[in-house]
Amino acid sequence: MDSTRRDFLKIAGLTALGLGAKPAADAFAAAGGPRMTQNPQALKAKRWAMVINLKKFKESGKEALQRCVDACHKAHNVPDFGNPKDNIRWIWPVELAEALPTEENQYLHKFHEGALRDFPVLVLCNHCEKPPCVRVCPTKATFQRQDGLVLMDYHRCIGCRYCMAACPFGARSLNWRDPRPFIKELNREYPTRVRGVVEKCNFCAERLAVGKPPACVEACKNGEMAFGDLEDANSDVRKLLRDNFAIRRKPQLGTQPQVYYIV
Amino acid sequence: MFEKALTGSKGYYIWVLFLLAVIGFGATNYLRQYFYGLGITGMSKDVSWGLYIGQLTFLVGVAASAVMLVLPFYLHDHKVFGKITILGEFVAIPAVIMCVLFVTADLGRPDRVMNVLRYPTPNSMLMWDVVVLSGYLVLNLFIGWTVLGCEKRGVAPPIWAKVLIYISIPWAFSIHTVTAYLYAGLPGRGFWMTAIMAPRFLGSAFASGPALVILLCYLLRRVANFDAGREAIQSLAKIVTYAMVASVFFIICELFTVYYSQVPEHKNHFNYIFTGLHGHSSFVPVMWTSAILALIATTLLIIPSTRKSDSVLPIVCVMVFASLWIDKGLILIVVGFIPSPLEKIMEYAPTLPEAAISIGIWAIGALILTLLYKVAVAVRKQQEYYNVTEAAH
Repeated sequence: MDSTRRDFLKIAGLTALGLGAKPAADAFAAAGGPRMTQNPQALKAKRWAMVINLKKFKESGKEALQRCVDACHKAHNVPDFGNPKDNIRWIWPVELAEALPTEENQYLHKFHEGALRDFPVLVLCNHCEKPPCVRVCPTKATFQRQDGLVLMDYHRCIGCRYCMAACPFGARSLNWRDPRPFIKELNREYPTRVRGVVEKCNFCAERLAVGKPPACVEACKNGEMAFGDLEDANSDVRKLLRDNFAIRRKPQLGTQPQVYYIV
Repeated sequence: MFEKALTGSKGYYIWVLFLLAVIGFGATNYLRQYFYGLGITGMSKDVSWGLYIGQLTFLVGVAASAVMLVLPFYLHDHKVFGKITILGEFVAIPAVIMCVLFVTADLGRPDRVMNVLRYPTPNSMLMWDVVVLSGYLVLNLFIGWTVLGCEKRGVAPPIWAKVLIYISIPWAFSIHTVTAYLYAGLPGRGFWMTAIMAPRFLGSAFASGPALVILLCYLLRRVANFDAGREAIQSLAKIVTYAMVASVFFIICELFTVYYSQVPEHKNHFNYIFTGLHGHSSFVPVMWTSAILALIATTLLIIPSTRKSDSVLPIVCVMVFASLWIDKGLILIVVGFIPSPLEKIMEYAPTLPEAAISIGIWAIGALILTLLYKVAVAVRKQQEYYNVTEAAH
């Protein structure tokens, strides 16, 4: 009996407290509470695009390629498992014939040894305008932003790897095992991932949001890479693409890649 | 009705216990995978789907092939199938359950599988696969159980069951079509990007599924004293024959397009499996085994005397099943990734835990099938017994 009485008083008390607290809660709601605000310095664009100048990379040498890779993988806590089976890559150098299989030419390859076509090419997510990975994702864990960036929600991804099958550029990697012990140097500005989710280059969305260019572009000393708004006639990328001949990887598939290679 | 699955001979109990042991073995390996990650399998950045998705693909076909018994019986009143249609429907149930288990085993984050339902995405073929597979499972559960229950009571199935049966016929085609669409619509995967993928899937499914049912009929005759009837088995054998011929024809169409056009993005994959590519040839013996089995089996099926022989037909059915399992359960998925979109070759072979998990899931399927068949056969025998005693009076 006694306990029933005590329970009643408890509930009554809590109710009174709740009623008393309501106006205060309303006041907070009216004030707006915490709100998302955009960093005024954030870089914005209608359509982000990247230009990779193969000639300049050849001039700068292979260290320049590695600098870009290191900058990216350090900025994004990309683990290094040290074996090709588990490895995760956001940006990495490959043979020209691998980057552009359709450009394979048995005669030129034989005749022009040591030419541009023998120098490695950096590949990364192309942030396609019509991304097949976004089309196939069953949970919208990978999605396309208004400015063209194709991004990942690591917390929604179920690890089905349909996006990896759909990507014609091999740009995506799964965390086949716990990546955290394999991160050399932890960057607290960017989240680490858990095992079982897919990841890839994000065109440094987190850096753009605070007014910084992509890490790989920043790591270039001689303008080997450029980044900018394709819709802005005065942007770096537009100027480069106006004055140079550029190609894209597998344009015939119609995905409209937004990484351009000056050859 | 289910109580019939709880009693049986000593052999029945031993078989069930054996399956439970295999399932336990698979489950322990799955726990290892769950805590280590999918890195425990043979899959890699380049070959990102393997044995699990292969089994899914193959088993969707087995599930769909139930329609090869349902369609002749319910649409064409092919009476000899009356006794075994339920066997086809009861194959479909464990097959779909295995599909679900294989997809789940393949997920990097199985704990988030409900995200597929929480954020339904109609542009993803995977969502449609979930829809058609779960629908097919529900259809077959209702149909199989109701029809068998009515038989037990000696009454005709209700009209709604008939309606469900008619719905299940196109539905069966849809599950395997959607599964083919999972792969056939991906740019940059030359091995899969072929319009004949769905027809090819259906052709091989309608060969492998009925071949399995024939084998099960022979098995039931031995272990359960249940005779499906020679005519029924021979009808199934004809279905297997036509489906096998269609399958081989579809593959010839595929090979012609690939090799006459000589487009490297398509040809490289086929070279890899038939002759090896850039010194990598681990799949060559596997592919030729499948191809030779298929050719021998098709020949023996076409020749009437061998098809009609009770001693040859089971062997032919094993060959059909094995050939198509290799083709669809192993090669079709893996080779889609070899060479990779960057024309690199990363070879793939399942690891022991991966194989153990797969065998465990197959054992779950075998267990469900055993229980369902036990019920079906018991009900059938009871009916036969009543019919005999009634006739005696």
